Amino acid sequence: MIEIKNLTKSFGKNLVWKDVSIDIHPGETLAIIGKSGSGKSVLMKHLNVLLYPDEGEVLIDGENVFEMRYARLRKLRQRFGVLFQGAALFDSITAFENVSFPLRYFSDFTEQEIRNRVLESLDLVNLSDIGNKSPAELSGGMRKRVGLARAIVLKPDYLLYDEPTSGLDPQTSNEINDLIINMAETLDITSVVITHDMHSVLRVADKVAFLDEQKLSWYGTIDEMKTSDHKALKAFVKASEYTI
Amino acid sequence: MRLFIDVGRYCRLIYEAIRSSTEFSMYWKNLINEMVKTGYDSLPIIMLAGFFTGAVMTIQTSYQLVAGFIPATTIGSIVSQSLLIELAAVISGLVLAGRVGARIATELGTMSVSEQIDALESMGFNSVTFLVMPRVLAGVFMFPIIYVTAVVAGLLGGIASALMTGALPVSDFMLGARQVFTPADVSFGIIKSFVFGFIITSISCFKGYFATGGAEGVGKATTQAAVLSCIYILLADFVLAFVLL
Ligand SMILES: Nc1ncnc2c1ncn2[C@@H]1O[C@H](COP(=O)(O)OP(=O)(O)OP(=O)(O)O)[C@@H](O)[C@H]1O
Ligand SMILES: [Mg+2]
Repeated sequence: MIEIKNLTKSFGKNLVWKDVSIDIHPGETLAIIGKSGSGKSVLMKHLNVLLYPDEGEVLIDGENVFEMRYARLRKLRQRFGVLFQGAALFDSITAFENVSFPLRYFSDFTEQEIRNRVLESLDLVNLSDIGNKSPAELSGGMRKRVGLARAIVLKPDYLLYDEPTSGLDPQTSNEINDLIINMAETLDITSVVITHDMHSVLRVADKVAFLDEQKLSWYGTIDEMKTSDHKALKAFVKASEYTI
Repeated sequence: MRLFIDVGRYCRLIYEAIRSSTEFSMYWKNLINEMVKTGYDSLPIIMLAGFFTGAVMTIQTSYQLVAGFIPATTIGSIVSQSLLIELAAVISGLVLAGRVGARIATELGTMSVSEQIDALESMGFNSVTFLVMPRVLAGVFMFPIIYVTAVVAGLLGGIASALMTGALPVSDFMLGARQVFTPADVSFGIIKSFVFGFIITSISCFKGYFATGGAEGVGKATTQAAVLSCIYILLADFVLAFVLL
């Protein structure tokens, strides 16, 4: 269980958002939506302590993550798989090595086990034969999927996806959506999905958090979202030209 | 104000690198890699710079020392001692501020703005140990070797220009060099090169690691890394001369 409590974050004088509180229950998939610059990525980076807030806390299984010592924090971070917005692949090594990277340093697998696990992960994202290419040789969508393969390779408890379907064709988007659902259901993973894609929200999410005007403007279930008469939320949903 | 914040963050980064060095054994491959990139790959440009420095100095010194009563060996003495205590270290420092500093700042800057550093941290790596530590250590280890290379190349340059221009017999050049040689001068040069290696790599890591703002930010970090490295090399050169000579 992840409890975000009264979180406030600013960079210098620029307030990103204040007083954000959300509970994310085990096995649940939370979608974070909001305009570009509303602080979705920033919020996500607080969950595994890549950023520290000005105020507030994040409790994971009851423990405040911002007070953890480094050794404990490292263990916590390894329970998270993260797909970054631009995939964040290491560009000096191949796609295969990118996916095997965390295994090589943080598991005691044999070479063969690493290979199998990497191929299994690549298979899950529908990339089987690109292993030896460098990230620069891959398309944006492929990079994203390699990033996803790397995020799931350590079999995390939580998955954070920063815009997993942006820049992908509709078919691949659907495959990624299916994968997110699949990970959540079969492995009982708790997921946080940042997205602009309302189609994706409706497919994968249980709960929706809408960041707007430097706060958590709206929070609720998918069904509540469909019937909500929150103005900014409706406008946001409508702008994505998806009628619900 | 900005400067104080920067100095604070710089010190924290270096402190973190030193503090986390206990788990360094995990990352020794990075160190080897960096030593090759910082040291070995820099040797051609260093030999070139050293060679021409020695060659030009020999010609200039012989041009400046026209008085007949000054023995020709003096030219060898002046050139070799200047190389040892000043020129080899400073010139290789300035050249590598561009070559090594810019590379490090670009690498780390790109990693920073494309969230690769976040990715490392999120996998459980200590990004400072993984990225900064090997680069700074490689600088500190490799710069003395670079310095020695520059000295040797400079002496060869001096000999070559003595041969080509006939400014003085090669034997006089060598004799002059040997007359003034003291190990203390070499130690001085090596201490300098240690310091310069640390300055270039740590400043460039700092600028790259904290780069923000996309490709433009990386460009800015790279320029600042090269410029600041040069400035601090010159400052350190002065301070070391003052303290040690
Ligand atoms: N490291 C940082 N330093 C300073 N400001 C930052 C930093 N990271 C983010 N910001 C600022 O915080 C705000 C929110 O950024 P964030 O990346 O979370 O937006 P986002 O909602 O993810 O937008 P997008 O949909 O475009 O990815 C922006 O104004 C951004 O400029
Ligand atoms: Mg974002």
